[in-house]
This record gives sequence, structure tokens and C-alpha cells, in this order.
Amino acid sequence: MTPAAYLRYKKNKKKYETTTDGTVIFDPDQEERVPWRKKDWWRYLVSALLLLVYLFPFYVIIMVSLKTFNDTSPRAVFPHPIYWGNFAAIFKSGEIFIGMKNSLIITVGVLALQVVIGSLAAYALSRNQTKFNEVVRNLIMSVMMITPLTTLVGVYSTMSKIHGTSTYWGIILILSAFGLPLTIFLYTNFIGSIPRALDEAAAIDGAGNLQTFFMVILPQLRTVTVTVLILQGVGIWNEYTYSYYFLQKQSMATITLVIKTFFGSVMNDYGQAAANAVIGMLPLIVLYLFLQKYFIQGQVDSAIKS
Amino acid sequence: MEKQYKKLNIFYIPAVVLMILFVAYPLFNAFYLSFFNWNGYSQTKEFFGLKNYISMFQDKNFRKALINTLIYGFGCTALQQVIGLALAMFLNGKFKGRSIVRTVIYMPAMVSGLVMGYIMYFFFQSKGGVINDILLSLGLNSVNWLGNAHNAVAVIVFINTWQFVGVSMVIYLAGIQGVSQSYIEAAKIDGANSWQLFSKVILPNLLPALSSSVTYNLIGGLKLYDVIIALTDGGPAKKSNSFATYIANRYFDAERAGYAAAVGVFSFIMIMVISTIVNAYFRKKERDLEG
Repeated sequence: MTPAAYLRYKKNKKKYETTTDGTVIFDPDQEERVPWRKKDWWRYLVSALLLLVYLFPFYVIIMVSLKTFNDTSPRAVFPHPIYWGNFAAIFKSGEIFIGMKNSLIITVGVLALQVVIGSLAAYALSRNQTKFNEVVRNLIMSVMMITPLTTLVGVYSTMSKIHGTSTYWGIILILSAFGLPLTIFLYTNFIGSIPRALDEAAAIDGAGNLQTFFMVILPQLRTVTVTVLILQGVGIWNEYTYSYYFLQKQSMATITLVIKTFFGSVMNDYGQAAANAVIGMLPLIVLYLFLQKYFIQGQVDSAIKS
Repeated sequence: MEKQYKKLNIFYIPAVVLMILFVAYPLFNAFYLSFFNWNGYSQTKEFFGLKNYISMFQDKNFRKALINTLIYGFGCTALQQVIGLALAMFLNGKFKGRSIVRTVIYMPAMVSGLVMGYIMYFFFQSKGGVINDILLSLGLNSVNWLGNAHNAVAVIVFINTWQFVGVSMVIYLAGIQGVSQSYIEAAKIDGANSWQLFSKVILPNLLPALSSSVTYNLIGGLKLYDVIIALTDGGPAKKSNSFATYIANRYFDAERAGYAAAVGVFSFIMIMVISTIVNAYFRKKERDLEG
């Protein structure tokens, strides 16, 4: 590389975020340098339409949440006057915040379990590539194809045997089991790209497998772990099917279940239900807006097969 | 080293145990139950042989659920690829604010399918729904979106596509930006117009992105559940059910657990076969392209 080329590379480097396998996705900061051009008018027109199509549903749910339940004005029309009662009622009852607490505990629990168990399993499956392990890997992957509720009876009998119904650890175990295939898939792909020479060097120093894993491999897994945390985190936070059947106690309801009860039982009070949906969606959307680079990168990394 | 690696299998035991307890055993259990006539809670059940499977194919609601599942799976996947790719090409052009557009289009993927179903209910309600309000104010007739079976299925396909097209979009966007600039420059020098540039240079290089986006969308679409529950609960008259919602309906509303298990086993095998075929097809394509 010539010095000039190197300087150019260094200057441009910041503009790109390189993914694990060298593909490039654009960085939002880069566009600041794009000037306004008259011939781009159609792009701005299309963009405006897209923004309308994608923001309108969020606008409508907010409008509904700001109206009383006997307000008969069209849903898309701005409330007059704004009615804050729906939100006041939510803060007074506090149900949604219990839901958030439950969802948070479950999400953190599942993520912790999956990262440890998943990365350990992936290390074994990608380093010890025997025929038998190939079968194990394929069986694990086929779990992704199970339609929700097919396994309900069996999961129910496991859960009642271990007394796990309506407990945090019970639902954490179920959701971890169903999420593991994706986690193991992501980790095996990534570990495959870590040179075996690193393991060998550790082995020469007398490290056992467990030591090698924690001292050498685990520190390399930072980027893929972020991907796992984001993809699985979103899925678990929004999980509905298994939570609905295994968190029977009201005090254990997750955020999705709390929102469901408002839409399900008090179907007349749309304002109240909508306000719950708005508050319920907020944490993840805010997190996404602040960390969108990582969210989108994670989605891309998960899709690119090795 | 190989000798030391041999001892590694112990590392996947926790994962395997967890999956045996909560996935493999329940799946075999479902397979076992599919041969019985059982209401889901009583102590006794009657051996039924293949009767559940036979009555499945005589059940018009099952056939409807089968067709709908295929529509949800393949319909959403096809739309998501076409629209996702178009959006990616559009956002690959340079103009101010494109990252805002990208951010907003991906945003609905952050919302639970169930909640999105409820939000969309405000749009597609026949009375007081936003879409019908707009149609009426334009002097058009209102449409019975959710009370008519064909409309309901179309609405569900639309919502799922709308919500998750951002996923395909970012995958394709990364794919497009991964196409080496030197190929594009070379094609431009050879005088390729923008359609040739797209179809001859960019598209062939998007095969890996296409394959993973299709697999992702297909499995998601064939397992569609939350949004249907929120929007129609399988109605009207069980005509918008997917396999997933039909299983729930048979199990809890009809108390036919054995039959529900048979539908579950059938759907698992069907998704497995479809995704194996699709994967094999893409693998062959990728090999052809390399060779």
C-alpha cells in the first residue's frame, strides 16, 4: 500500500463498519456529505411516501391513546382536547411496569443462559467435527422448524414434573431451549473463523479445554455476542406464545401479556389498550433508535452464512 | 490437539439436555399423542391409530389452514424479497436522509407481532377503521377487511410483509454494498446501463443474501401465529387460520388434543421438507455460479 493510499484508507475507514466477514454496510454519518441535488427530487418524494406508510400506524396508535373511550372522532384525527387519562390510569395501576420488570428479568435470564450454554456447545460442535456431531448440529437446527404449540403438551408435562409453571426459571428454561438453535448457529459460524492455531498455542502452554475456551475463545466472541443479545433479546422481550401458557399468575405477566389483557378483556376501552401498547413498545423502540447501528449490523451478521 | 478436541463433546451436554427436556421429548410426546383420541386433560385416552391423520385430510378447516399456511409462507416471502430488494436498491442511492428512511422501515420489527396485530386492527376494522375512514372520505365504498375470508388472509399477508420487510431490506443492502466497486466500475466502463448493471452484476452477487433472507422469511411465514391471533383469531369461520392457530383452536376450543398433535406433526414435517428443498436449491445455485 502506498502512503497516499494508506492515508486515503485511514480517512475512509471511519465511514464504514466492517462486518465479521468483510462485507460493508453504510454508516449514517457518511451521508452528511451528500449535497442536495435537484435531480434527486423523486428520491425525496419516494422517501416521504415511505416515511408516511411506516410512521402512520405509530401515529394512529398514539392518537387513539390520547382519546377517551367514548370519543367517536375518526382514529386518525388529532384529539381535541388531548385526553391524558389513559396514561394517568396506567401509571396509577402500575400493571405495565410489573410487566416490564417481568419481561426484563426473563430476557436477562434467557440471554445469560443462552450465551454461556450456546457458546460452549458451539465451540465443541465447530472444533470437534465428527459425523456424530454433524448429526447433533442438524438436529439442533431442525428445532427452528417446529410450529408454535406443537410441543405444548410435552412441555407442559415437563414443566409440571419440575414444578416450573409460573416461575421465572421455568419460562427462562423453555425460551432458552427454543432460542438455542439460532444462538448455536451464530456462534458456530463465528468460531469457525477463529484460527485453531490460537487453541494450539494455549494447549502448548498446558491449558485444558475449559481454560482455552474461557481465556482464548470467549474474549474473541464479543461482536457475535452483541448480535446474539440483540436478536434474541428482541425476540424474548416480545415473546407471546409460551409466556401465555406458562405464566398463568397475573403477577408474572410479561409486557406482551399485559397489553393482551387490555385488548382482550376490555375491548371497548381502546384508548386504555392503546396507551398500554404505546408504553409497552417504547423501551425497545427507544433502545433501537439509540443503538440502531448494532441492531442492523446484528441482523446482517445473522443472515450471512459462512 | 485433535485428541484434546475429542473431549470437547462434554461442552454441549447442557444445551442438549435442555433441548431434550423442552423440545425433543415434547415433540416425541406430540407424535405419540397424535395416535390417540384425547381431550387434553382427562386421565384416559383412546388409541386411535391413524384416524387423526385420516380425518385431517377430510377436514375442510384443516385444508383451509394448509392453504393459508402456504400463502402466509410463500406469499410473504415473495413480497418481502421483491419489496426488500427494491427498497435496498433505492436506499443504496446517495441522497440526504436515507439513513432515516432505513431506520424507520426497520423499526416495526421491534414490535411484537401480537401488538402489531392490535395496532393494525385500528386500521382494518370495518367500522371506524382508518382505511375505511379514508375510503369513505374519498367517496368510495368501505370494505369488509376482516369479516371476509379472502380479505382477511390478504390483510395478514400485507401486515406481516410490512412489518418485517425491513429485515430483508438490510440484508440486501449489506449484500449490495458488499459487491466489489471494481466490478461495478468495470461494467460501467463497458457501457452497461443501470438495468444491466443490476441484473448482470449486482443480482448474481446477491445470491447468498437472497438465500438467507428467503430461508428466514419462509420459516417465519410458515410458523405465523401472533398477528393472526390478534387480528382475526383464525376467523371468520376458521377461514384465516394458519397451522399454528388451528392447532391452538383444536386443542383448547375443541378439546381435541390428539388431533391437534397430528396437525402439529404434519406441519413440522411440511416445514422441514420445504426448507430442505429450498436450501438444496440455493446450494445448487451457488455451486453453479462458482463453477
